[in-house]
Amino acid sequence: MTDAPLPIEEVQAVETAWTTGIVIEKAQPTDDLVQLRVHVQDRIRHRPGQHYLIRLRAPDDYTAQRSYSVASDDDDPLVEFLVERLPDGEVSSHLYDVVEVGDELEVRGPIGRWFTWDTTTPAVVLVGGTGVVPAVAMLRTARRLGRTDLLRVVAVGRSPDHLPYRAELAKAGASLAYTRVSADTRAAGAPTADEVRPLLEGVELAYVCGSARFASYAETLLVDCGMPVEGIRVERFGPTG
Amino acid sequence: MAVTRGFLGKRRGQEHRLPPGQYDVGGGWPVLTAEATPRLDPQRWTMTVDGLVSSPTTWTWDQLHELPPSSYVGDIHCVTTWSKFDVTFRGVSVDLLLEAAGPQPEAAYVMAHSTTGYTTNLPLADVTDGKAWVVWEYGGKPLPREHGGPVRLLVPHLYFWKSAKWVTRLELMAHDRRGFWEQNGYHDRGDPWAEQRYQGD
Repeated sequence: MTDAPLPIEEVQAVETAWTTGIVIEKAQPTDDLVQLRVHVQDRIRHRPGQHYLIRLRAPDDYTAQRSYSVASDDDDPLVEFLVERLPDGEVSSHLYDVVEVGDELEVRGPIGRWFTWDTTTPAVVLVGGTGVVPAVAMLRTARRLGRTDLLRVVAVGRSPDHLPYRAELAKAGASLAYTRVSADTRAAGAPTADEVRPLLEGVELAYVCGSARFASYAETLLVDCGMPVEGIRVERFGPTG
Repeated sequence: MAVTRGFLGKRRGQEHRLPPGQYDVGGGWPVLTAEATPRLDPQRWTMTVDGLVSSPTTWTWDQLHELPPSSYVGDIHCVTTWSKFDVTFRGVSVDLLLEAAGPQPEAAYVMAHSTTGYTTNLPLADVTDGKAWVVWEYGGKPLPREHGGPVRLLVPHLYFWKSAKWVTRLELMAHDRRGFWEQNGYHDRGDPWAEQRYQGD
């Protein structure tokens, strides 16, 4: 990754193919999260907000694949993923329980040309739980470019223990909100219109990433605060009732 | 590609119904959208078929409900790798709408438009002959807003991003033009059994 970053038009022209990823680092920051840092062969540059597919292959050629957002900046020699281990998760439980440093995984990416930050547009980013991952990539990229002033990140978790990358987000200037516990001077609860409205001044785009329930809340909040609907980009995951 | 060390696979038993790379999501129904979920008043919503047709036609909510209804019972497949078995949708066949509008001979593609500005392109052959619906009921109940309610397109033999939520217009075209996700890297057709997920597949 020694070349200069490609302009977005060229990044978008690249078609991705399956390649090999080698797990170089593995950490388990909590009992349901696993952080993998992967060396990707024939790697293609990515923009913050993009994701990869990870595919597992059984001896009989049965495969299972899922998509995971990239947490790392493009200048990081490794591609970083944070995966939540789901109770019945076929891929996530393998990544948590079985994968070891040195293992090979099939990977494909980067994918997604919509939920990406172009590094120059002022934006609000509302993220919840493991939905913080693309915000982490955006902030890391902004920090490298000296433009963290462009991103106003609000990261939401049930409690500090349920907010991945909490310390890094706080250090990068993100506002942290906990829905179940009070912290510092902030009472427990979801972000309010009074908290979010001031962040929208001069902002052209809003990114929302999180569970379906979180995303619905965040979208409504943004619209109530005056954000034009066409300026909101959403990545939501997980089932709905 | 090499076998993944230690991976045997958990979700077995229904592989014959699963296109390659898909898994059975079971009772859940993931919500995936790129944009904020709109709140639409059915009484102000309309459905239009226009473009290369002899009689561009617009239906209101009530007029659409006066057409002979039809149902789809079967499986759906999302490009994000979940598949859902035995779902039931109810609405009207796209064939009926096309019949009223009268496609011109050179019409070969359709662009589906939603109220949000979302678009997705399809070969005309993929929405004719009983392969596509405009639906407003899921499992016997009104289609939930986050799943495209009050009305969405349903093209179940293709990946589900082709089944545009909050559909309001089908535009017939002589030449293919890429829709929203297609411009953003997704495949032009999206056949799950051929695993046409992204451009170049």
